[in-house]
Amino acid sequence: MTTTTSGSFSAGPPAGAKIGPIAWARKHLFSDWFNSLLTLIIVSVLGFAGFRLITWAFIQAQWLLIPNNIGLLMSGTYPSNQYWRIWTLLGVVCTLAGLSWGIIARNLSRLFSPWVLGGIAVVSAFFVVFPATRPSSMILLPMVAIVAVMAWVGRLVGRKLAIAGQLISLLWFVSYFVALWLIGGGLGLRTISTNDWGGLVLTLFTAISGIALSFPLGMILALGRRSELPVVRWLATAYIELVRGVPLVALLFMGQVMIPLFLPEGARPDRVVRAIIALSLFSAAYLAENVRAGLQAVPRGQQEAAASLGLNTPLTLTLIVLPQALKIAIPAIVGQFISLFQDTTLLAIVGLAELLGMGRSVLANPAYLGRYAEMYLFLGIIYWVFCYAMSLGSRKLEQKLNTTH
Amino acid sequence: MKKWGFLGLAAALTLAACGGSTDTASDGGPGTSGGASRLQTVLSRGQLICGVDGGIPGFSFVDESGAYSGLDVEVCRAVAAALFDDPNAVEFRRLDSTERFTALSGGEVDMLSRNTTWTISRDTSVGMEFAPTTFYDGQGMMVRVDSGITDLEDFAGRAVCVETGTTTELNLTDQMRRLGVEFEPVVFQDADAAYAAYDEGRCEGITSDKSQLIARRSTLPNPDEHTLLEVTMSKEPLGPLTVNNDSAWFDVVKWVTFGLIQAEEFGITSENVEEFLGSDDPNIARFLGEEGTLGTDMGLPNDFMYRVVTHVGNYGEIYERNLGSESEFNLERGLNDLWTNGGLLYAPPFR
Repeated sequence: MTTTTSGSFSAGPPAGAKIGPIAWARKHLFSDWFNSLLTLIIVSVLGFAGFRLITWAFIQAQWLLIPNNIGLLMSGTYPSNQYWRIWTLLGVVCTLAGLSWGIIARNLSRLFSPWVLGGIAVVSAFFVVFPATRPSSMILLPMVAIVAVMAWVGRLVGRKLAIAGQLISLLWFVSYFVALWLIGGGLGLRTISTNDWGGLVLTLFTAISGIALSFPLGMILALGRRSELPVVRWLATAYIELVRGVPLVALLFMGQVMIPLFLPEGARPDRVVRAIIALSLFSAAYLAENVRAGLQAVPRGQQEAAASLGLNTPLTLTLIVLPQALKIAIPAIVGQFISLFQDTTLLAIVGLAELLGMGRSVLANPAYLGRYAEMYLFLGIIYWVFCYAMSLGSRKLEQKLNTTH
Repeated sequence: MKKWGFLGLAAALTLAACGGSTDTASDGGPGTSGGASRLQTVLSRGQLICGVDGGIPGFSFVDESGAYSGLDVEVCRAVAAALFDDPNAVEFRRLDSTERFTALSGGEVDMLSRNTTWTISRDTSVGMEFAPTTFYDGQGMMVRVDSGITDLEDFAGRAVCVETGTTTELNLTDQMRRLGVEFEPVVFQDADAAYAAYDEGRCEGITSDKSQLIARRSTLPNPDEHTLLEVTMSKEPLGPLTVNNDSAWFDVVKWVTFGLIQAEEFGITSENVEEFLGSDDPNIARFLGEEGTLGTDMGLPNDFMYRVVTHVGNYGEIYERNLGSESEFNLERGLNDLWTNGGLLYAPPFR
């Protein structure tokens, strides 16, 4: 990218200009009486609101309900003597996350820059100080260590092994089934009915399953909509327009209420599975449009060039068109994933005890009546952390894939 | 892939249309097809599946240990105790109010214990079978103690907060019109906003179901400053229910519920039930299964009520634990007392 031309005029401060915070404030905040008044009003309003929030958070709020129910919020009514399975799963995820980080950062000169070290320190300190996580800090701190160690291992492996990237993708794929086995049981582990899955575990499981299923489906729909075969095109278009015209809640209710009506007992998919299917079908229609936008942004010349090189249609798609189209569509696709993650809160309405639904159950406990603000603020922060992590990840991915010059 | 997705959806829509029409025609649903009673299904499964709400203070919630509790939940546990001698042999399904009846008629749950009001349309056209009421709720009115308001007539010229779009608003205006009281309704879309306005003093009374008012009162800054008027503006009998046309299973749920009430009438509690074993009173001997065949006639072990009382207790104990003096709500028994104490709870004889 070239910088805008106006940038070159203001390079360096003009002669005689004062720099420093006071000068900056005078120039930007108190340049005339109107701006000064505006600044004062806004600062006092913000200051008052901030003060009220802080006094509420530290004096009035009763945060005890969060640490007392943290197990419920994290994993619902999952039997507590089986919690080790969730922890094992977290260990697997941390290992893979560390390895991936190391492999992605294999060409950086320093893996643990001061920023990264600071981040690790802050997270560790948070786990020790924050009351809700303190009882588990003996497990959470080693998790942080696992991530760091595995990042170092991943970097070594990544430098030695050219296919490390493909390998880690395969491991992530396998880990999904490991997660399914660890949470659900079977094959030597006690079977835990999906009725007992809940809290953040259920939220993440449905969101990740939904993302994993809707992405390929959405891609196929997008290609179908641009297909030259009329039947395929009509079907894809009809699906997209039909699903986009129905609210997600309606789809979820259809899954939960109508499927039992016309399938015999025993042949019905599980409630969680129904919810995941509804989420994926819904999200796929939106994803298809995002991918289609990417496809349309790829110049036609690319396809023609590929054809002149003798590539057939599948090769043209997989080697030339899709890589470029998906790269263009990353921000929109990740936006769709974030909204899918947030849409999992609707599962609370159809009776699944995901994070929000579990919060509602905890609030109905007579011991914590009326503690809405604390609970919803806590839940909001959890959702924010995950959504922000996703958008951060997408930004990194964009930077990494950025090949424009 | 996209073809299948589309075809699946088309099939779903077609079937949905059919499903909707057959649902009103047959009042049984798949749960009763084949002639076998659900009782056999439940017994062979070894576990009861009970539909609850999961988020109503005092009725169903999840406690800190991850166990469901509340009045609705304990009714499920009582049925499980009668069937399996284990109050924990029950799986709780959380159901939304819109899906509760389809979940029951579709056979996804064996019974509902989910704050459901017994009405004629639900009993007939929806195809439900209502077991005895376990909580007589009704629309009430909350006021400040120092306001001096003691009945609805005192509201002449005063403001009442009410949620709009519910039968609550309608009941209130009906009552007031019948009494000829000119009052000022302050209408809210949202319950939280209504209670906040009441707390700020924008209205002198707030009306809703009594159990909800009690729960909300404990969230106000000074709960003791507020009181509920004696008046009841609507009838909301809440109880467990099963699906139509399955008498064997319905009888089990019905008589376990009656048994909870009868146990209280006999004075049998979870603590003193052992003392009643070997009682000379033939009624009690029959009730606890030491004489007669009351249980086996129903397809249950003869000592089913002994199991229920040992594990769960009688109705009075359940009530006091969840809504009464031992709970945060401290709700008086009122209508939910035995008929001998001026309440409405009355169990037919066990003989």
